[in-house]
Amino acid sequence: MNRPGPAPDCAHCPARPELAQMGIGWGRYDYLVALAGNPNTGKSSLFNALTGLKQHVGNWPGKTVTRAEGGFLYNGRRFKVVDLPGTYSLLSASPEEEVARNFLLFGRPDCTVVVADATAIERNLNLVLQILEITDKVVVCVNLIDEAKRKGLEVDVRGLARDLGVPAVATVARTKQGVSELVRTIAGVVTGQIRTQPLRPAYPPELETAIDELAPLVEQAVPGIPNARWIAYRILDGDHRIRQALLSGELAELVRAQREAPESHSRLLAIEGRQ
Amino acid sequence: MSDPVESARAVLERADQLRSRLAAEFRDRRVEALYAEAERIARRVVRAQGQRARDWDAHIDRLVTSPIFGLPLMLLLIAATFWITIVGANYPSERIAALLFGLEERAVAAFQWLGAPWWLTGFLWNGVYRGLAWVVSVMLPPMAIFFPMFTILEDLGYLPRVAFNLDWLFRKAGAHGKQALTMAMGFGCNAAGVIAARIIDSPRERLIAILTNNFVPCNGRYPTLIMLATVFVAAQFPPAFASFAAAGAVVAVVLLGVAVTLAVSWTLSRTVLRGEASAFTLELPPYRRPSILRILYTSLIDRTVFVLLRAMATAAPAGALIWLLGNVHWGGQSLARHGANFLHPLGHAIGLDGVVLLAYLIAIPANEIVVPTMLMMYLGAGMMTEVSGFDEIRRVLVDQNGWTLLTAVNLMLFSLLHNPCGTTILTIWKETRSLRWTAVGALLPLGLAFLVTFAVATAVRLIG
Repeated sequence: MNRPGPAPDCAHCPARPELAQMGIGWGRYDYLVALAGNPNTGKSSLFNALTGLKQHVGNWPGKTVTRAEGGFLYNGRRFKVVDLPGTYSLLSASPEEEVARNFLLFGRPDCTVVVADATAIERNLNLVLQILEITDKVVVCVNLIDEAKRKGLEVDVRGLARDLGVPAVATVARTKQGVSELVRTIAGVVTGQIRTQPLRPAYPPELETAIDELAPLVEQAVPGIPNARWIAYRILDGDHRIRQALLSGELAELVRAQREAPESHSRLLAIEGRQ
Repeated sequence: MSDPVESARAVLERADQLRSRLAAEFRDRRVEALYAEAERIARRVVRAQGQRARDWDAHIDRLVTSPIFGLPLMLLLIAATFWITIVGANYPSERIAALLFGLEERAVAAFQWLGAPWWLTGFLWNGVYRGLAWVVSVMLPPMAIFFPMFTILEDLGYLPRVAFNLDWLFRKAGAHGKQALTMAMGFGCNAAGVIAARIIDSPRERLIAILTNNFVPCNGRYPTLIMLATVFVAAQFPPAFASFAAAGAVVAVVLLGVAVTLAVSWTLSRTVLRGEASAFTLELPPYRRPSILRILYTSLIDRTVFVLLRAMATAAPAGALIWLLGNVHWGGQSLARHGANFLHPLGHAIGLDGVVLLAYLIAIPANEIVVPTMLMMYLGAGMMTEVSGFDEIRRVLVDQNGWTLLTAVNLMLFSLLHNPCGTTILTIWKETRSLRWTAVGALLPLGLAFLVTFAVATAVRLIG
């Protein structure tokens, strides 16, 4: 089996010729990459390192939450990068968390990079684990390793990848250290060359049974919905936004849009925030 | 296929049935399981070699956010800050005042020698210039001492710890814990505090934070409070304790402001803005060594000079206006006298007088100039006394205009509670886009100010 793990150390390679930063003005892209993470993890620095200075910055429609997108070219493939708002979790109802969660669910990114602060791995892992519940295609980016080193902390990135079942890459986004390895890893995940097996801590048994019963009903109500089990869990949890979206037909509309134009339309909807 | 709305409803109904069968705390248990997993992994993959810096941080945090020492330590820090300001500002204030008013005297003499008409000399030097000189001498020294200290605390990362210490109080008041942060911002500038309320997501709690921000004294009001505390409260104590008493009085006013903030938040959240307090995550940033240059720049350029220039910009026209009010006569009395006489019954009822209220009317654009305005009206209407330093201020107010401790205390209360300055009102409107809430934001404090000062004045007079 192809166990994920960091590629050979290439932190100090010069910028690779096949990696070029792209600005905006390109509606078509081959892969969609989401950037998630806690606030203050250097997520914006990483976004800049990946996409260069030409970015499109605006608000998520109807929300006072900043949205930035940009892109890069790697091996002739166009990668679009959407910077999700920094959040500590996906479980509360703040506008930031809603935007991030809806994008992960319905934007269906080909890869989600979760930026984690190497000096506070434990707290950052809470979000990583929550994201792994929603999507398989995740790369964990352990950023700020230089600061961690200064504090006398050493992070075993290889072991982290093994434990989480998804690749992990150590970076210092500010100096672009490790960024080209991160790009290679992202490419590996989107093309399926790197297979992931995310760690999902088991639900308590009685919750498991309830989800088993509810998930098929959710699928019946909204045929073709992605990740029905997670939606079922959130409904059981009493998540008002999801309950509302289910009742108002928002969920169904997203799924329908996704089926009709699998590549662009649903993503467009999600990217525009019309979830 | 059945109706989609119908089947959606069926899902939710089933979910509610299933949930009632689950253990009440299944949600918490699920979150706990994730946290436990995160902790387990973190312990395995992170290795700490030597734990100098980290433990140091944790130790300090344990102390400053401790349930026992956290609040007293906070009070001690605030009190020390005010004490240093009060002790340090007295002497430079007197020197600057002597210098600036000496300059006025010489300029007036020069104008007279040149044969300038009396009204020009009076308007320019006794009006505009005196307004500016007052603001500079009364406000500059305390600001130049207070702001650097405040900025050091800010730069160290102490303010989030304050929010952490106060969080439970705000939650009890039905408000958002982050309101402790917006309140802390309000100590700097209320308009900034109102904007900072954006960090609160729930519209209900945000509105509470906006409406109550005015109840903590801002930079513009500290000089007033510090001056009053120095001139009146300190004078009641033997010299050895005077500065401590003054600092204590300012701390008491600040605490009262926090208490009023909580009380009004509590009332709002149980009446017009009903609802539950929401939970949030507060990240305590690591302590950082303050950068000296940045502190000097922020505190002296951004704050001191900014506040001073703003005060001067309003003080110059206000000085001119006061001079006009004091020197344009109608029916044998100056306009200032008319205004003050007209307002006097109201002023007297709340333990102040007509001149103070008139000063507040003139100072609506910026609270900074209330005391200078007041003094200039007292002086302009009467004799041209030379005023330099806090001792002279006391002589003018107490001996010539009948001020008592009640006047000073009520003025401090009024200054703490009264309506927000023009900038803050405008900011409230920009942030809420609602004329109704803006009106509430302006009138609620004003009403409260009248109510409290009236109650205090009545009580004191009854007791005798």
